[in-house]
Amino acid sequence: MLLKDEVQMLRRVPLFAGVDPTKLKLLAFTSDRVTYGIGETLFRQGDTGDAAYVILTGKADVLVETPGGQIKVAQIEDNSIVGEIAILCDVSRTATVKAATNLEALRISKEHFLKLLTDFPEITIEIVRVLADRLSRTTIDLSDERARARKPD
Amino acid sequence: MEKGLAHYIWTHTRKQQLWILLVVAASMIPYFLSFDLPKQIVNGPIQGHGFEGEAATQTFMRIAYDLPFFGNVVFFPGVELNRLQMLVGLSLVFLALVVVNGVFKLYINTYKGRLGERLLRRIRFELVDRVLRFPPAQFKRVKGAEIASMVKDEVEPLGGFTGDAFVAPALLGGQAATALFFILVQNVWLGMIAGIIVAVQAVVIPRMRRRLLILGRERQLTARELAGRVSEIVDGIGTIHAFDTSNLERADIASRLGRIFKIRYDLYQWKFLVKFINNFLASVTPFLFYLIGGYLALQGRLDIGQLVAVIAAYKDLPGPLKELIDWDQARQDVQVKFTQVVEQFKVDHLIDPAIQAVSFEATAPLDGPLSAINLTVADDSGARTLEHLSIQFARGEFTAIIGGAAAGGEALAEALGRIVWPESGRLTVGKTDLLELPESVAGRRITYVSSDGYFFFGSLCDNLLYGLKHAPLRVPEYDDDHKATRKWEISEARAAGNPDLDIHGDWIDYEAAGATGPDDLFASIAAVLDCVCLTRDILELALRSTITPRSHGALAAHIVALCHTLRHELDKAGLSNLVVPFEPDRYNIEATVGENLLFGTAIGEELTGPAIGRNPYFVDVVSRNGLDRILYRMGYEIAENAVELFAGLPPDHPFFQQLTFMTPDDLPYYQKLLQRLKGKDFSETTEDDKHDIIRLSFAYIEPRHRFGLLTDQLMAKIVDARRQFHEGMPDTMKGAIERYDPDSYTASASILDNVLFGRVSHRQADGPERVRAMVISLLSEPGIYDQVLSIGLDFNLGAGGRRLTQVQRQKLNLARALLRRSDFYVFNRPLPGLDARLQEQVCRNALELLQEKGQRPGVVWVLSNTTLTDLFDRVLIFDNGKLVGDGKHADLADNATFRELVS
Repeated sequence: MLLKDEVQMLRRVPLFAGVDPTKLKLLAFTSDRVTYGIGETLFRQGDTGDAAYVILTGKADVLVETPGGQIKVAQIEDNSIVGEIAILCDVSRTATVKAATNLEALRISKEHFLKLLTDFPEITIEIVRVLADRLSRTTIDLSDERARARKPD
Repeated sequence: MEKGLAHYIWTHTRKQQLWILLVVAASMIPYFLSFDLPKQIVNGPIQGHGFEGEAATQTFMRIAYDLPFFGNVVFFPGVELNRLQMLVGLSLVFLALVVVNGVFKLYINTYKGRLGERLLRRIRFELVDRVLRFPPAQFKRVKGAEIASMVKDEVEPLGGFTGDAFVAPALLGGQAATALFFILVQNVWLGMIAGIIVAVQAVVIPRMRRRLLILGRERQLTARELAGRVSEIVDGIGTIHAFDTSNLERADIASRLGRIFKIRYDLYQWKFLVKFINNFLASVTPFLFYLIGGYLALQGRLDIGQLVAVIAAYKDLPGPLKELIDWDQARQDVQVKFTQVVEQFKVDHLIDPAIQAVSFEATAPLDGPLSAINLTVADDSGARTLEHLSIQFARGEFTAIIGGAAAGGEALAEALGRIVWPESGRLTVGKTDLLELPESVAGRRITYVSSDGYFFFGSLCDNLLYGLKHAPLRVPEYDDDHKATRKWEISEARAAGNPDLDIHGDWIDYEAAGATGPDDLFASIAAVLDCVCLTRDILELALRSTITPRSHGALAAHIVALCHTLRHELDKAGLSNLVVPFEPDRYNIEATVGENLLFGTAIGEELTGPAIGRNPYFVDVVSRNGLDRILYRMGYEIAENAVELFAGLPPDHPFFQQLTFMTPDDLPYYQKLLQRLKGKDFSETTEDDKHDIIRLSFAYIEPRHRFGLLTDQLMAKIVDARRQFHEGMPDTMKGAIERYDPDSYTASASILDNVLFGRVSHRQADGPERVRAMVISLLSEPGIYDQVLSIGLDFNLGAGGRRLTQVQRQKLNLARALLRRSDFYVFNRPLPGLDARLQEQVCRNALELLQEKGQRPGVVWVLSNTTLTDLFDRVLIFDNGKLVGDGKHADLADNATFRELVS
């Protein structure tokens, strides 16, 4: 796949929809294009976060280690970004991500990703939006869970 | 060391000095004979005195003396020679005397030189020997570079002076006295005048030189300090950059140089003033002779013949006198230097030489526990870091020491390691004081490790084995040539008071490492490297090293074979596309265009770096195929892309890391170049522009840069050009490139590249790491593993081990201690640079290894964190220099300090 095709794909990622195509080209050029087979690990829970991944094609599973074993908590579709939390907050990976299908991704290193945020506010706003969205969804899930837990009383 | 230089020289070279005086005296005989001979030749055979008459002859070389008791003894009756024969005979004698004088001079100079050099060697050795015996506290006060400058430069003039120390004054003094005596004989008054002037010179000049000596001392001190400061700048360069203090350092150096200049200029002025006065006094004497002698002659009290004889005799006086004064100056100069240096090396509590005496025998195990009795340790300021501690460590007991920073545990460990000496109280082994124990016992039976172990310039292996080298245990086998050299080395070393231990001998104490000889030492090394988790680092070093098939034939062959195994393994794991191998008739998509064209490693100047674009043969092959036009197009597009992508980014932007084919500084140049070349045809561009554009295409890798510039057709063309390039290569260039050949080892490439024989795919996540792990596991097979590891062990550590990371250094430091077999191991926070998990693992491994060694040594480990205490039999807790807890791990929970530390 060529750089210009990647740019087309990046434009379909909501995060980058508003970004100037020449900047997307630069982003694509400075990132590593990586492929994974089914079941291969993008990153492991507990590792230090060194990169974020934009899934270009394929799906990935988000797994969390619990005392009872691994639990799948979410599935990531193509055109979405994963692994950005560990970079933003400087914490270790909060979950393990494995390829559920054959998967192509763009690996953006931590340094480049942070630079991207400072250089292009439109990306930062988009990231904030995605995170806020996730937070509100998690809050809803949590309150649902609590409500369910209280019912037996 | 004696304080007086003369005394020092006399003590060590007495016999030689007397001998050389004797030789000098003997050399005077032919010297004076040769003065008399010219007169004889001129008067005798040339002018014909004594050859009156045609057939007149004279006796030549008759040697006869009137001896007491024997009467006249004729040693040689002589031969009768006529005038011409006499001329030839006397001339030959003259020649012989010239030769004899020359030989004497040669002998004397060589002898004096050797004497001086031996003494210099002795002094230098003695100084370094003293450094090795300094008490530990001394090293907090001295700078290494200053000591080095004293040992190297400041004592150097002593060697030159030694030979003349006694001979010169005897010889020159004798000459001057003779001349003065001769003048006195001619005329008492004139003689006294000359004598008075000489006396004035002898009194005034040395007085004036006193100031010279003071200046000389200052010069020496300031120069030494300068050396110290320069080395501080080198050592502290990181700090200087970090705090922007380079200008402070510049100012400091400039001011020091200013002071040195002032001193040197003062010295210079004084020196020439003294010289002027000296010369003046010397020339004033003839003035007085002319004036007073002339006056006396006019008065008729002195006859003219005497006056002329006095003036002639005086010619011989200033020469020796001046040299004598110069000698005296040299003497005072080196005396000052010597005293200066000796003062610096005169240190109280020097370690007794007997304690460091070399011991060839294996030392017996210690006969008792290691104990501290009422031990108090203080730091330099006098603050007590450990107070009145009495404790005992038994062999076989594993003791952990915990406490906050500077709580006292480190001080105890340092005292046990003899890094600091107790202020009061004692450390004993059984009943013997630890500091009175020879180092051959304390330094072998007790192993001390801290985090700041020093590494010497040399290979990793040298440093790893450093703790085993106590004495030259095995003498090397010398052939006859080397035997003679060795014999000479020994006799010279002894003559200069140096030890004659053979540095080329085998110093490694194999038994102490649990081995029997060089052959099975490797197992011990591998075990300790595994123990400190350093093996993988060393294997990685080996992977990046290059070897020559000549020195590692079997390994090289093995690696070539391994290349196929790797391919096989990759296939088996379904990762065959992880590495794209080089194939002679296929384009390697993961390699650069340049690599694909050359298909080999450039080793000669002709094909390395920018030179390749100017190489006529290479350029010819490229243009013959029309590739130059295509590559130009390609380079042009790459430049366009790069300018489009990166224009406007600041040069230090992290994105530039990805721009492999140009630097941020090149970007503006290419921006202009593109504007200039826009719309121009290939044929219209200049050679330089073409070169700069085509250069870009050489670094292009399609899967990495993804500009879509490589077509199948182009790849085929490049492979074709590659074939032509290698087939038609002129003989002169064959040494400049090593062609990729799957069946032979490429000496110029690293071991990793040889195993891969291809390029790692850019598309696979973590490709390089995965491949490296696979290669390491392949190389870990028996038979080959040892060889690869030993290549890694050959890695040169650089100055102070700086080519390793701090973590690697600390691991290596621990490894070299664990390699030794001791009765006690004292670990003083040896691994602060490692993260907690690794620290725990290494600590666990180390204790296990020590236990396995059989004799179960005693261990005292100052821990950085409290989590590991359960590995030990006994735990000591220190707080504020005092022992506040001593017990088993299980009993610690009640201890207040322990609870505080844990929380």
